[in-house]
Amino acid sequence: MVENIITVKNLNAWFGMHQVLRNVDFEVSRNQILGIIGPANSGKTTFLRVLNRLNRLQRGYHDEGEVTFSGVDINTISDSQLRKRIGIIFALPQVLPVSIYDNVAYGVKIHGMNKKSEVDKIVENSLKRAALWNEVKDRLGLQAMRLSGGQQQRLCIARTLAVEPEVILYDEPCSGLDPISTAKIEEAMWELKKDYTQILVTNNTKQAARVTERCAFFLMGEMVEVNVTPYLFTAPADKRTDDYISGRFG
Amino acid sequence: MHRAVNREKLAFTILGIITLLVIIPIFLVIFYIVKNSIGVISWEFISQAPRHGMREGGIFPAIVGTIYLIVGTALFALPLGILSAVYLVEYAGDNAFTRIIKLAIVNLSGIPSIVYGLFGFALFVIFLKLGTSILAGSLTLAIMSLPVIITATKEALEAVPFSFREVSLSLGASKWQTVRYCVLPYAVPGILTGTVLSLSRAAGETAPILFTVAAFYLPRLPRSVFDQVMALPYHLYSITTQVPNMPLGLSFATAFVLIALVFLLNLASIIIRSRFGKRKVW
Repeated sequence: MVENIITVKNLNAWFGMHQVLRNVDFEVSRNQILGIIGPANSGKTTFLRVLNRLNRLQRGYHDEGEVTFSGVDINTISDSQLRKRIGIIFALPQVLPVSIYDNVAYGVKIHGMNKKSEVDKIVENSLKRAALWNEVKDRLGLQAMRLSGGQQQRLCIARTLAVEPEVILYDEPCSGLDPISTAKIEEAMWELKKDYTQILVTNNTKQAARVTERCAFFLMGEMVEVNVTPYLFTAPADKRTDDYISGRFG
Repeated sequence: MHRAVNREKLAFTILGIITLLVIIPIFLVIFYIVKNSIGVISWEFISQAPRHGMREGGIFPAIVGTIYLIVGTALFALPLGILSAVYLVEYAGDNAFTRIIKLAIVNLSGIPSIVYGLFGFALFVIFLKLGTSILAGSLTLAIMSLPVIITATKEALEAVPFSFREVSLSLGASKWQTVRYCVLPYAVPGILTGTVLSLSRAAGETAPILFTVAAFYLPRLPRSVFDQVMALPYHLYSITTQVPNMPLGLSFATAFVLIALVFLLNLASIIIRSRFGKRKVW
C-alpha cells in the first residue's frame, strides 16, 4: 500500500448557511496525479482550497472535519507553511504584473532566500521543470503579462515549483487555454509526477481520463465515488457518475 | 433612423458645451489673477519680507510658513492616514466597530474647516499648551486632511485586484508580506495622487490656521516648531480685508503665488502618477 500524503475524513464546508461540501472522505497517495471531476457548483474547487486553507479568505466560510497532511492535522500547520508545502495553480493564469524573473523569484524571496546566484538557479530550474525555460530564457526581464495565456499558466506552475511544495493543486488550469497549450501543461504534469503529488480539478472529463491515475466524481457537494481512472470511466459504480461521464447531464 | 442619429449628435454637442463650461471658471480665475498681478510679481516680491505695514515689500515669510505647514501636515497626516487605510482594507473585518470607523471618516470629511480650526485651538493650543505654533497648525491641518488621505488610500488599495493577494498568500507569504510586496507597490500612484491633492488643499486653507498658527505680521522666519508663522492664505485674507489703502496688485500677486504653489504640488502628483502609471498593465 502506498503512503497517503493527504487524508480527509468527514469534511463539511459552508459558505454562510449554504453547505458546499457534505461528508467528504478522501485519500491521496504520494506522487499520484489525482483528478476531481464534476459539474459546476459540485464543490470541487472548494474542496481543493480546503487543502491549503484558501477558502478561509472568503467571508462567511467555515468547515468542519479532519484533514491530515503527511500524518499531521493541517490545523497544526501555519498558513504560511501549509501554503508553501501545498501550492496551487488557479483557473485563470494569475501572473503578477512584474517581469518573468520576478514572478518566479517572488515566492523564493518571501521565504527568505536573497542570494542572487541561488535565486537565479531556482528560477532557471523552476522554469525548466514547467517546460517554459526554452521559450523565455533570453527575456527573463520581460513583463510577464505579455506572455501568451498558456505561457502565463506555465509561469504560474514555475512560480509554485520555486517554493518547493510537496503537493500541487490545479484548479481547472486549462479552462482558458487552447489544445496545444493544454497539451504542454499536461506534459509538464507528467514530468512533475516523480517528485510531486498533484490534484487536478477539471471540467474536462477527457483531460481527467488522459492525465489522472485516480479520479473522483463530485456532485452537489458530495463525493459520489473515487476509483482508479480507467475503472471510473469504464465501469463507474454509481449511476450518477455514469450519467455524467457519458454526457447525459452536466 | 436618420432622426435618431441627428438627435444623438445634438445631445453630444450639448454635453460637450456643458463640459466646456466647467473649465471656464478655472481659466477666468487664473487669467484674472495673472492680469492683475503681472506688474507686481518680481524676485524681490518672492524673496523679501513685507514692509511699511505690509503695503510694500514681499511675502517671503508667508511662503516659508506655508511650506513649513505643508511639510508638518504631511509628517503627521501621511503615516496616520495611509496606515489606517491599510488596516481598514487589508486587516479589519466587516463588523460594527469598523463600520463605525468608516462612518466617522466619511463624516469627518464633511466638517467645515472653521470647526477644525476651533477644535485645533481648543485641543492643541489651549489644552495641550502648544500655543499658537507651527506644531498646533500642522496638527490641525493634518486632522482635516486625514479623511481625504484615508479615502484616497482605501480606494487605491481596493483597486489592486484580489487575485494578487491570493497569489501571494497561496505561495506562503504572510499577510504583511503580501501587503508590502503585492499590494502597496501597485497602490502607490493612487495613494500619492490622493495625498498630494489633500496636502495642496491644506496649503490653501485659512480657517484651520486662523487660531492655531497664523501670524498677522511677523517679518522674521520661525526659529522652532513652537513659533508662529505667516501663511499665504491668511496673509492674503488679512492684507485684503484688514489693511486700509492696500495696493490691489499685492493681493493678487499673493494669490498668484499661492495658486502657483498649489499647482506645483498637483504637478508633482501628476508626474509621480505618470511615472508609476507605466507599470500598471493589468
